[in-house]
Amino acid sequence: MDGEIAALPAERGPSAQAVTLTINGEPRPLRIEPRVSLLDALREHLGLTGSKKGCDQGTCGACTVWVDGRRALACLTLAVTCEGHEVTTIEGLSAGGELHPMQAAFIDKDAFQCGYCTPGQIMSAVALLDEGHAADDGQIREWMSGNICRCAAYPNIRAAIRAVRDAAGGE
Amino acid sequence: MIGKPLRRVEDLPLLLGTGRFAADISLPGQAHLRVVRSPVPHGMLRGVDGRKALSMPGVIGVWSAADLDLGPIGFRMVAFPGMLPYRQPVLAAERVRYVGEPVAIVLADDPYRAEDAADLVELDIESLPPVLDQLQEPAQFDDQNDTEALLHEDGYGDVGAAFAAAPHVVELTVTVGRHTGVPLECRGALADYRPGAGTLDFYGAAKVPHQNRLLLAGLLGLPPQLVVLREAHVGGGFGVRGEVYPEDVLVCWASRLLGRPVKWIEDRNEHLLAANHSRDQVHRIRAAVLADGYITAIDDEFWLDQGAYVRTHAAAVPTLTASMLPGPYQIPAYRVRGHVRLTNKTPAGTYRAPGRYEGTFARERLIDAVASSLGKPAMEIRLSNFISPDQMPYARPMSALGTDLEYDSGDYALLVGKAQARFGLAELEHGLAARRALGEAVGMGCAFFVEKSGLGPYEAVRISVDQSGHIDIITGAGSMGQGFETVITQICAQELGVRPETIRVLHGQTDQIEHAMGAFASRLTVMAGSATLIAAQALREKALAAAARMLEASPRDLELSDGAVRVAGDPDTGISLAQISEALRPDQAARWGLEPSLTADGWHTTDHMCYPYGLHIAVVRVDAGTGQVIAERLLVAYDVGRAVNPMLVEGQIVGGAAQGLGGALLEEFRYDDAGHPQCTTFMDYLLPTRAEMPPVDVLITEDAPSPRNPLGVKGAGEGGTTAMGAAIAAAIDAALGVPLGVKELPVHPEAALRLAKAARRESTSEPGGA
Amino acid sequence: MIPAPFSYRRAGSVAEALDLCTEYGEDAKFLAGGHSLLPLMKLRLAMPEVLIDLGPVRELSYVREEDGHIAIGALTRHHDLEHSEMLARVLPLLAHAAGQVGDPQVRHRGTIGGSLAHSDPASDLPATVLALDATLVARGPAGSREIAAADFFQGLFETELEPDELLTEIRVPVPAAGAAGWSFQKFTKRAIDWAIVGVAVQGSAVALVNMAGTPVRAAGVEAALAGGATPAEAAAHAAEGTSPADDINASPAYREHLARVLVERALLEAQSV
Repeated sequence: MDGEIAALPAERGPSAQAVTLTINGEPRPLRIEPRVSLLDALREHLGLTGSKKGCDQGTCGACTVWVDGRRALACLTLAVTCEGHEVTTIEGLSAGGELHPMQAAFIDKDAFQCGYCTPGQIMSAVALLDEGHAADDGQIREWMSGNICRCAAYPNIRAAIRAVRDAAGGE
Repeated sequence: MIGKPLRRVEDLPLLLGTGRFAADISLPGQAHLRVVRSPVPHGMLRGVDGRKALSMPGVIGVWSAADLDLGPIGFRMVAFPGMLPYRQPVLAAERVRYVGEPVAIVLADDPYRAEDAADLVELDIESLPPVLDQLQEPAQFDDQNDTEALLHEDGYGDVGAAFAAAPHVVELTVTVGRHTGVPLECRGALADYRPGAGTLDFYGAAKVPHQNRLLLAGLLGLPPQLVVLREAHVGGGFGVRGEVYPEDVLVCWASRLLGRPVKWIEDRNEHLLAANHSRDQVHRIRAAVLADGYITAIDDEFWLDQGAYVRTHAAAVPTLTASMLPGPYQIPAYRVRGHVRLTNKTPAGTYRAPGRYEGTFARERLIDAVASSLGKPAMEIRLSNFISPDQMPYARPMSALGTDLEYDSGDYALLVGKAQARFGLAELEHGLAARRALGEAVGMGCAFFVEKSGLGPYEAVRISVDQSGHIDIITGAGSMGQGFETVITQICAQELGVRPETIRVLHGQTDQIEHAMGAFASRLTVMAGSATLIAAQALREKALAAAARMLEASPRDLELSDGAVRVAGDPDTGISLAQISEALRPDQAARWGLEPSLTADGWHTTDHMCYPYGLHIAVVRVDAGTGQVIAERLLVAYDVGRAVNPMLVEGQIVGGAAQGLGGALLEEFRYDDAGHPQCTTFMDYLLPTRAEMPPVDVLITEDAPSPRNPLGVKGAGEGGTTAMGAAIAAAIDAALGVPLGVKELPVHPEAALRLAKAARRESTSEPGGA
Repeated sequence: MIPAPFSYRRAGSVAEALDLCTEYGEDAKFLAGGHSLLPLMKLRLAMPEVLIDLGPVRELSYVREEDGHIAIGALTRHHDLEHSEMLARVLPLLAHAAGQVGDPQVRHRGTIGGSLAHSDPASDLPATVLALDATLVARGPAGSREIAAADFFQGLFETELEPDELLTEIRVPVPAAGAAGWSFQKFTKRAIDWAIVGVAVQGSAVALVNMAGTPVRAAGVEAALAGGATPAEAAAHAAEGTSPADDINASPAYREHLARVLVERALLEAQSV
């Protein structure tokens, strides 16, 4: 076990106890029961409501965040298991009010309507490029399959991903 | 500005994660409400025991119907008195009628405690056999009523004579399954009753806040002005979201009881059990046809599975089904009988293209059947039955949503021709035929439809300019992600000659403006858009009048551009809107004989709807081994009269097409034989993902502007959905070479496989062959 | 959709996990990726009193070549199997099947051991390890024991594991030179869904997803192949001995049909590898 994680209390609950998460680079102490999902911890306990609850069963991707840089479903991740790990949310994506290129591309390509799935789409799309899974439309289709958009802005989301990919490649 | 693909003005918070959806809003001291729901489809409710729940820490209370003094939830739309006994109570009192019906509520200090405690509320229910099939003869609903809530009969012309004289009669029975909007955001409500002030603030409103204010105030016995509904961001509407449901009433009731804010956030499991279902119609339809394919009469009888109660939409879906079924065709005689039957399922309401998705499926399948029985191409049958441009406006002697059914404008054949040319349909079909010759089961299907939009009777907009030149557009109509703010901004910016960045749109707040209808029935751009134009024109006049005083010029010599009024031909004389706003102080305005403030109201009223129309084309491939239907391409040609923002219109059409596709191939609420719902998570209720979503080609035309509003626009919210089921059905038929094979939506792979096997049997010449 | 309350214990090693398991007995459940268990807990279809988090047990995340077999740590995530160069070379069937689980987010968290121990017959990896003749290693208070994949799956959510045992490793024999052909076929209504029916083929070993309460070997197909049958002839036996479920996704007869179709496709594809 990592020294850092080994140093954490090994037993918790069932009642609420102190847990410290690292969210967007900041340590965030909170008191939660072990059953609290990472999504509820973010939304209900830390006021970070950007990550959305769509299905609460790991099917829709609206709650996508990054844990240690990998995209993960916050609704199926217990918050307490994230102690000692780095969590990144949509609120941590744009530095100093500057839009991330993917956020800018989502405006430019009209990549959403109601906007509810959008934070999850963006967290997934940025990770997709980091993973190198956006080489062609088929890859985008396959590797974005975990993010449902009920407004079906799918073609425009794909266009936004392509635009960011091509701009990065052209540098 | 109008007609340009302006980037959306409402996007930024949604991208940054700072959007304010219902669940994102909290108030200090809020209690959390959890609904205890019926676990059985039908039964007598003998008792509710909340003692165990009450003993849990953090639990504030448990209440059931006996504690409430509230009537049933009323109707908002097309209501018939005979439907009143079927309204839904806020909590079930004597009988439970569907799995998921609210029976009791638990309030607790946090949502986890509330859910834990709700699990401990014991319900004593004596089960009764459920009614699960709308084709079954009506059963007893209560002591006075049976389960047929409405028999809606309508029509015109001599149908009997037409059938008696017809050389051909074509008949078929078709079914559209039970599916619905399923926005990605579940419902949510936060009520804040202030005991001292006697006011009630309601957050989480959507779609029709003003209408809901009247319903809620009426139920609670409060003056409407003390009830304020506040719409924030809404994660998709699709007809489902924003109606008054039991939970909306319950949070208000509980907040008033406790004197503190009460929040309820629906989970997905609840949503699939509790929010309106839709569709689920069986049509037995027949046509009287002349030898040349001209249809002299349609006779349709349909059965709608309304679920357990009649909710706010009352008879909107059956009446729309009935009146819109004849669609783009002349149909000199028409008779329709619609049975609205109650079952022990989740109650049904509207979903994008309500009644039209079903009616269009029935009618276009009928057209395909006529074509097949006469051995003619289906498009030829369509063309020879179309209402022609010189017959416009075309009155069908019926009504739709309380308005006379009179098509305003349209050239249907022109759109078919344009679609054929733009999409290269002949080449496309040629390519598919070549693939079929190589053994692939691929095919193309078409369906034509008429939509309706811009339902009146009114919408209001107020525009005001402050002393900095910033402009607020205030409307009571709601926004659910359609790009409404952008469209309204474009219309206002064009008329006032200002930059879009100076405009803010405030919507869906009942304390900001007195009257509003809301966001439904593809009415926003038509109604609120026209009202915006009218308000902007009035504001412009007022600005010119004030500027005339300030410049000591005649208003006739002035022009408004770039946010400033100038004497024509003298660019140095500009007076900004900000200066005009500042000048219109009450004292100065009085001296000038003007009303104070640079503010203007605009109203658009109408007795008629607009009727956009379109052609849907689907290309599908069927895996002959598994029966899986793969949509390869969807094409939509749609005449919107005038597109204020073509980019947003296209987005609406693509999104609508995806939902039409979902209903045709994937989405269905299934129940087992005992009446238990089988689709209660996103693993069982299948929304299309991007992997199932083919490319959608969109052709937007503006050949038939509406003469009924100053913009010429028609609505675009539903036209992507309406005929998609019918087009996909026809495409599957074509792929498998089985005329009229598909009679039921959604087409599950198992059903497509049966069709494929039937086709193979048909083509096998030896009898008894394998 | 909130799980019932439970206590949380974090295990830092296999030994610690087993100690905790002994301490809590049947009240406890191991938590690996949690993507099978938590959905059930949210619907309160599973209500363990204690969750023993295996997340920090890094010692069980590996893929390595040992004499004649590949050893895979039970806590290796699907994503890491999918991207393992060694698996791509030696056990491409397993790498491919791991890449078919759920969606990318699920594969980042879900583990092979969690998937196998959950024993859902609709899941992709149980049938895959069955086709690969894998051996599963379980460790308990008395030490380790090996369980053949064929004996491991006992029914829906039931395995041969004792309550105080932890699945630690999956050992997969390296396919013989003549059995290198493989295929994984999965029929779903949507890309992200659980299989309605699936087939894993390695050489002449054929295992079926979701054709019974457990993953099953298609014995009739294998026998026919051994007797020299063509893929089409062998596939006709695909549904023999199966007992597919009747649910909203498919009737038993349709599942049997799908098994025949998918087995034929899988055998043809395996031949062509």
